[in-house]
Amino acid sequence: MELWIDALIVLLILTNLKLIGSSRLSACIRIVALQGVLLGILPGLVNPDQMTLRAILLSAITIVFKGMVFPWLLLRSMRTSSVRREMEPFIGYSTSMLISVGLLALAMWMGGRLPLPIPLKSPLVVPLSLFTIMVGLLAIVSRKKALSQVLGYLVMENGIYAFGLALALKEPLLVELGTLLDVFMAVFVMGIAIFHINREFDHIDTDLLSALKG
Amino acid sequence: MRLILFSLMIFCFSGICSFFFGKNPRVANMMGAGGTVMGALIGLVPASIVLWTGRIAEFQRSWQIPYGSFSLKLDALSAFFLLTILILSAIAAIYGCTYLWDYRNRKNLGASWFFFNILVASMVMVVISHNGMLFLMAWEIMSLSSFFLVTFEDEIKSVRQAGWIYLIATHIGTAFLFVLFILLAHRCSSLDFTHFIASGVNGTSLTGTAFLLAVIGFGTKAGFMPFHVWLPEAHPAAPSHVSAVMSGVMIKTGIYGLFRTLSFLGRPEPWWGWLLIAVGLTSGILGVLFALAQHDLKRLLAYSSVENIGIITLGLGLGVLGLAVNQPVLAVLGFGGSLLHVLNHALFKGLLFLGAGAVLHATGVRNIEQLGGLIRHMPWTGTLFLIGSFAICGLPPLNGFISEFLIFVGAFMGMGLSDVSLSSIGVIAGLAAIGGLAAACFTKAFGIVFLGEPRCTPALPVHEISWSMRLPMLLLALGCLGIGLLSPWIISAMNPLIGNVTGLLINDIDVHLAVIVLPLQRITALSCFFVLILASLILLRRHLLSGKIPGQSCTWDCGFLRPTARMQYTASSYAQPITTMFGFFLQTRQTIHAPEGLFPARASLHTHTDDVFLKRLFHPLFHGIHRLLLRLHWLQQGRVQIYVLYVAVTLLSLLIWNLR
Repeated sequence: MELWIDALIVLLILTNLKLIGSSRLSACIRIVALQGVLLGILPGLVNPDQMTLRAILLSAITIVFKGMVFPWLLLRSMRTSSVRREMEPFIGYSTSMLISVGLLALAMWMGGRLPLPIPLKSPLVVPLSLFTIMVGLLAIVSRKKALSQVLGYLVMENGIYAFGLALALKEPLLVELGTLLDVFMAVFVMGIAIFHINREFDHIDTDLLSALKG
Repeated sequence: MRLILFSLMIFCFSGICSFFFGKNPRVANMMGAGGTVMGALIGLVPASIVLWTGRIAEFQRSWQIPYGSFSLKLDALSAFFLLTILILSAIAAIYGCTYLWDYRNRKNLGASWFFFNILVASMVMVVISHNGMLFLMAWEIMSLSSFFLVTFEDEIKSVRQAGWIYLIATHIGTAFLFVLFILLAHRCSSLDFTHFIASGVNGTSLTGTAFLLAVIGFGTKAGFMPFHVWLPEAHPAAPSHVSAVMSGVMIKTGIYGLFRTLSFLGRPEPWWGWLLIAVGLTSGILGVLFALAQHDLKRLLAYSSVENIGIITLGLGLGVLGLAVNQPVLAVLGFGGSLLHVLNHALFKGLLFLGAGAVLHATGVRNIEQLGGLIRHMPWTGTLFLIGSFAICGLPPLNGFISEFLIFVGAFMGMGLSDVSLSSIGVIAGLAAIGGLAAACFTKAFGIVFLGEPRCTPALPVHEISWSMRLPMLLLALGCLGIGLLSPWIISAMNPLIGNVTGLLINDIDVHLAVIVLPLQRITALSCFFVLILASLILLRRHLLSGKIPGQSCTWDCGFLRPTARMQYTASSYAQPITTMFGFFLQTRQTIHAPEGLFPARASLHTHTDDVFLKRLFHPLFHGIHRLLLRLHWLQQGRVQIYVLYVAVTLLSLLIWNLR
């Protein structure tokens, strides 16, 4: 079982790297969807003895939202706003890759030093979550398109979810559902906002939006 | 205590209701003003009970906010300020109803009433809250709601400017208060006022710092020179009933804060008293001098508020000095005069601002130089304004005299004592100078506005204001007269209040008050006599004039054939001897086109008195800060990504620092 968990975590880390390294917007959306599905499976593996109805329900909701609803919303807003299909980064792909490897090392180091209230099944869960949060931030910082920033936000939330997973026993269901609802609303609003921004200005480049400032 | 909470609820509820009925000005007016009056009437009951008996009412609930607790306490000091706040707010609300009616098509009256009610509620909260966190929150709400009231006519550029100056000044003051409360909380590990008093901050080096912070922080709200710069900007900008409330009671919350802080700091040191007296002298004398040099009626009144805050501070300083050198009689008279002047100033300054509002309402003109002869068209307003002017000059039989008399007597008592003789002489000289200059200032204001002939043809046909605006002014004038005539009883009734402030026993205070009660009784008798003579003279005049028609004719015109209204004394020419004498402080700018030749055609004189502190101190200071901060401008790139990067880098480095 340990092996499976570690394999899944490595897979998640790889999705992060793939996200930062790929240039196609639609590919990135699919990767985030995949990440969501993998994250949905993870609780079942980490705490198989506690697969109560609650946990199953939570996993199912996570998979449905992160694996299907969000990607569908994003793909739709990508299509309706007819953006160019590239990510248009501030920082090049290979540089981003190098930075994210550095961040991975940082996350590993931090994961080793972070004091946790309960012992964990796998030592990799905390580094994974920290790394995912950092990659999300990196995606927000280094990409131009508003849509890719929504992606970064989603990835960041995935990281927070993974962190919560490590401490799932301590977290009440309500909090998790609340976070999910938050993200759903955020993506929804962002999708609508992107659509409207696109309609007003014919593009969704955030660096061109900064021309609006006073 | 229940009643106070109930009245707070009424304020908030009526404010919100009038906000939602903003589309319908009649309903918004009724909800807003009605709520204020009703809430005030309910709140007056517990305030008077506490003030009369000296018993303390408390209310305590725990609160989620860190260091906060929802603890309210109504002691005599709070009750006194509460009384002042509620009376003036209710009266100003009645007045505002009609005053705002003119704006009904241009402005959302609901929003204005919303902020007015919130302002009243927050002022009530400030004086009854007994926890630092709650106090600061109420303080902040008070500042913000009054900011929105000041910027009521936000389409005018000068109003927006005034609003900004006010907002910045009040927040700088609040910053000092934050430091003060953090210091105290650090010492006592709690923000409850009860702990502040119990844990005894006194006797440490902290007390001096805390006192200075309080003087600056609360002084900014109260309008101590040189922190007064927002007053002459904000008061003219606000609608008149709001100016009345702000000048009458809101700035007094600063005085309340000083009184409250002094109660935490235990036994004061003599230099506190000296500092307060120095501040009082500066504010008082310079305030009235600047008032004298103004052309704008409401600006003049705003500077006169600075002057009166100076008088209040003189009393406060005398009281503090009395406590410091163990002379209870000084403490009793100083604090008593100071507190009574708080109430008095609320009454007569409220009356004067409402009077100025009436002039503005009727003529649409604020510049004194263009007004004149209004007493013939507006006899009620003129008479009431005259009563207010008498009161503010400190003339018997009105209330301003009583509080200044208390401080005077206190200072005369102190003159014979060692340690305090010099400061007492300073107080006496300063008060006398302030009184004289105030008399000059208000003869100018009243004389130019109400007497003589109109200096410009008014744009509107001038008419007397309606009864709904006259009644509030009449009530305030009656209050002025009432306190003036009933002074011996009112002073005796202030015993529990003074006991609360000074910490002396009731019997001791009675002994010290006896010094003043006897002269006050004589003054009352003389005042009654004076009022009787005045009334009989008025009756005699009316009797002699009955059946005759008073006519109007030309005065002797020095052989000049057609005297015009422009040949009268102007406000500037009336004040000129004094403004020239104090030209060093005032720095009045003059632009003169002197008449030339044998047949001079055009000549003009233009004077303008800027605020010296604003121009010489704060402008250079803020320009310097601005220049310094411009160097950090490269940080602001205006890109979302960069800001997220800042946040992320900060968080990461903090995390790494912590895990190191």
